[in-house]
Amino acid sequence: MTVTAGKQRTWTAVCRYAELTPGRGVAALIDGVQIAVFRTTPGELYAIGNRDPYSGAYVISRGVTGSRDGIPTVASPMYKHVFDLRSGTCLDDPTVALPTYPIRRYRGLVWVQR
Amino acid sequence: MRQIVIVGYGMVGHRCAELLAERAANSTTPVQITVLGEEPREAYDRVHLSALFDGKDPADLTYPAPPGVELKLGDPATAIDRERKVVMTASGAEFRYDDLVLATGSYPFVPPVPGHDATGAFVYRTIDDVEAIKDFAAGRKVGAVVGGGLLGLEAAGALKAMGLETHVIEFGPRLMGVQVDEGGGQALLSRINDLGVTVHCSTRTEAVEIGEGGAVYALVLAKGDDLSALPVDLVVFAAGVRARDQLGRECGLAVGERGGIRVDELCRTEDPSIYAIGECAQAVDGRVYGLVAPGYAMAETVADHLLGADPAPFRSADLSTKLKLLGVEVASFGDAFGNTPGALSALYSDSTAGLYKKLVIGEDGRLLGGILVGDASAYATLRPLAGTDAPLPATPEQLLLPAGSGAGPALGPDALPDSATVCSCHNVTKGSINAAIHEQGCADVAAIKGCTKAGTGCGSCVPLLGQLLSAAGVQTSKALCRHFEQSRAELYEIVLVTGIDSFARLLAEHGNGESDGCEICKPAVASILASLGGTLGAAKRNGAPKHILDGEQAALQDTNDHFLANIQRNGSYSVVPRIPGGEITPEKLIVIGEVARDFGLYTKITGGQRIDLFGARVEQLPQIWRRLVDAGFESGHAYGKALRTVKSCVGSEWCRYGVQESVKMAIELELRYRGLRSPHKVKAAVSGCARECAEAQSKDFGVIATEQGWNLYVGGNGGFRPRHADLFAKDLSTEELIRTIDRFLMFYIRTADRLERTASWIERMEGGLDHLKAVILEDSLGLCAELDRLMAQHVESYSDEWRAAIEDPETLRRFVSFVNAPQTPDPEIKFEVERGQIKPLLTIGPPPGRDLDQDSGSDRDSADELAEAAAGPDGADSLVPAEVGA
Repeated sequence: MTVTAGKQRTWTAVCRYAELTPGRGVAALIDGVQIAVFRTTPGELYAIGNRDPYSGAYVISRGVTGSRDGIPTVASPMYKHVFDLRSGTCLDDPTVALPTYPIRRYRGLVWVQR
Repeated sequence: MRQIVIVGYGMVGHRCAELLAERAANSTTPVQITVLGEEPREAYDRVHLSALFDGKDPADLTYPAPPGVELKLGDPATAIDRERKVVMTASGAEFRYDDLVLATGSYPFVPPVPGHDATGAFVYRTIDDVEAIKDFAAGRKVGAVVGGGLLGLEAAGALKAMGLETHVIEFGPRLMGVQVDEGGGQALLSRINDLGVTVHCSTRTEAVEIGEGGAVYALVLAKGDDLSALPVDLVVFAAGVRARDQLGRECGLAVGERGGIRVDELCRTEDPSIYAIGECAQAVDGRVYGLVAPGYAMAETVADHLLGADPAPFRSADLSTKLKLLGVEVASFGDAFGNTPGALSALYSDSTAGLYKKLVIGEDGRLLGGILVGDASAYATLRPLAGTDAPLPATPEQLLLPAGSGAGPALGPDALPDSATVCSCHNVTKGSINAAIHEQGCADVAAIKGCTKAGTGCGSCVPLLGQLLSAAGVQTSKALCRHFEQSRAELYEIVLVTGIDSFARLLAEHGNGESDGCEICKPAVASILASLGGTLGAAKRNGAPKHILDGEQAALQDTNDHFLANIQRNGSYSVVPRIPGGEITPEKLIVIGEVARDFGLYTKITGGQRIDLFGARVEQLPQIWRRLVDAGFESGHAYGKALRTVKSCVGSEWCRYGVQESVKMAIELELRYRGLRSPHKVKAAVSGCARECAEAQSKDFGVIATEQGWNLYVGGNGGFRPRHADLFAKDLSTEELIRTIDRFLMFYIRTADRLERTASWIERMEGGLDHLKAVILEDSLGLCAELDRLMAQHVESYSDEWRAAIEDPETLRRFVSFVNAPQTPDPEIKFEVERGQIKPLLTIGPPPGRDLDQDSGSDRDSADELAEAAAGPDGADSLVPAEVGA
């Protein structure tokens, strides 16, 4: 189900919220773009690019989530770089950032905007 | 180019070459350093030769060659032509020198008694000597050592280690007469007698009787006027050494009366171009030093004089030593015999316990020296004090009485003045160590070792280095990560004792207060929960232990454990079924081939005797497992920090040399420990005979068959820092072997740090291998019953993780590339073909999608309306994945 917003952006429902394992991510494919969708242990949702810039592999969604000084994070499973789930910024190297996408939970579903 | 030639490549020659090479690297003029060595091998640690009887091999003792130094080994120097400044070697080669350093060491003195050169008579000096003794001793029963000094007791330890009935013949009235006084000798004697070594003091060796075939048959001994014969199969002469000074003698250099090339304070001989250092030199104080520390100090003097600045003159040396001979600690330092006028001594002696401690104290109350036998733990703090102006840190009684007897506080490094030498092997003072800590930021013992070389010689000062670090306020943090103050081992204990079975609870009750963990503590705790899976009641599902992907545990696992497969560089996974012991039927081999063919997987044989299938996408994994499980395979845990494989040679069933059934044993061990989660991966092997085809000595635990049973080795690994395993126990029965490995593994799981292999675990352990032996073989901590119980629970509760995953729809649901397009394979995983198989096609470049409009969370509010609008008519709760995004 897709709804088009004013600025050519669309919201896409990718899965049920309840399907997401707390503390883990899944990959979604939206118009050919791979997006990593996370439900953190405290229950918040985040969507960032699925490509790990350090390895070139599309694996960010398979990382372990956590928190660092209150910042929600995910560690890439490839070489364990840690990214801020809110901004996509790599905490080990602030010059590198993953794209981020608006995400929300509505009527039991998880929606990502792109 | 300036030519510096060193003759002799023992410990001192090597050290000199190393120091010269360091200085040459910073020198403006080019220097060529050449070393001529008699032995064909690289320099090695002669002090620890006895380690060769304890499972080490010569490679473990070898020192790396200093960079840029030319080594000419196996070709001894035979003459020096001082006119032409040339050294000649046995092969006829000539080496021109500008400066020549003689470091030819010493040779063992063999008393010229009849029969001293019989077959079966040895000296104890080189690796070749040790190997000859080892070869000859096999199958023989009685050995004797002539000489009860330091070297003699080393040799006696070696004979004992080979299982020979061992005798020591000492001419003098007591053992180690150079280092200890009469009381110390008594304590040493009672300890050594207790070990089953027979000591004959005040006894002359008159002759070696030769039996049939020209081999040693008996020793003729004289005690006073009494003659007796001691039947022996082998004799080792360790009656002292003599300086190897003939090169100097023959070219006309002055030599001391009792040998040793005479040198001045800069270690120069009469010829200003020739230096002599170590055991071949007679120092200005008229002594020939037979210890390695003075040799190193002389090497330092020469290296500084030749290529550095301000050489420290070498006038005399400290003869302090601390040794462990036949397991008995012996230390002697400073003025051990109280030769200083007015010296007093304070004594503690317990002859039944074999303890003897003496402190020599000057008239002014300062410490001058001492002797410690049986317990030399105070050596590290007392020796640096001896001969300094520092006052005694406690009363002599407090310093001497055994710990726990109401004595004063343990000695701290505070008691030492800055000028005190902490490492006497490399002459490093407390001041320089503190400078390394404060000015160069050394934060652990390893850093201090690298920076100052302290602790890299005999190692006896290492505990003191640790104390200096803590005294300097350097906290060596054991915190697992920012979320837990505790080490992994402490968290394990907490889980074991409290039965806490969830990460969330552990974090809430024992963490630092953050609401979530991280990529370090989550997998570490997951591993602990899995290790204790059979024990934690609440972690069970229907009576069986929880699967590692059940409930909360799924969120904790690293990607490999999470997908029960090994992630590869392009995001695909590899699959390794268990092939216990490397034994596989043709039918099962065919199944693996068929699976690889049908899924198009790259196939490779691993080093652990199994088969790795690469290139599977996540959604293919359950299908691959289904095929493998149906054919009788199970997970090989290649993805886990767990037991990997137990490699084996073919063993006595087939091999004409094998003495035990190594494959059978490997299978038994692999099936017993499969799935056991541990701090790091665990590799193992079983060899069916001493030829060791399974390379068991490079494994975390390795088993080598003997005629009598099994020898167990522990703590080996390959990898970044290869290490040979240490011999742990000999000639075990199958039952003893398994019980010992059970305890070893469970104690490792309980006490190791995260990602710490058994090798570094043992190296870090206080008391090292001896402590580990005490815990596991003698139950010194009273832990064995619990270790046994935990292992029994593991064995009982094992189940195949692949089978459990494919039988659980909830788990299976996670094995899709895309949550909203489960049928779509990841389009980014692509392959090309090389050598007839696939390999990842890697796309390199900026990540696609970075040009996207980077909206972040701020847009979330406006999303509400949109989502509301979208969800309205459709009843979004009835979402069907195929419709998503349509």
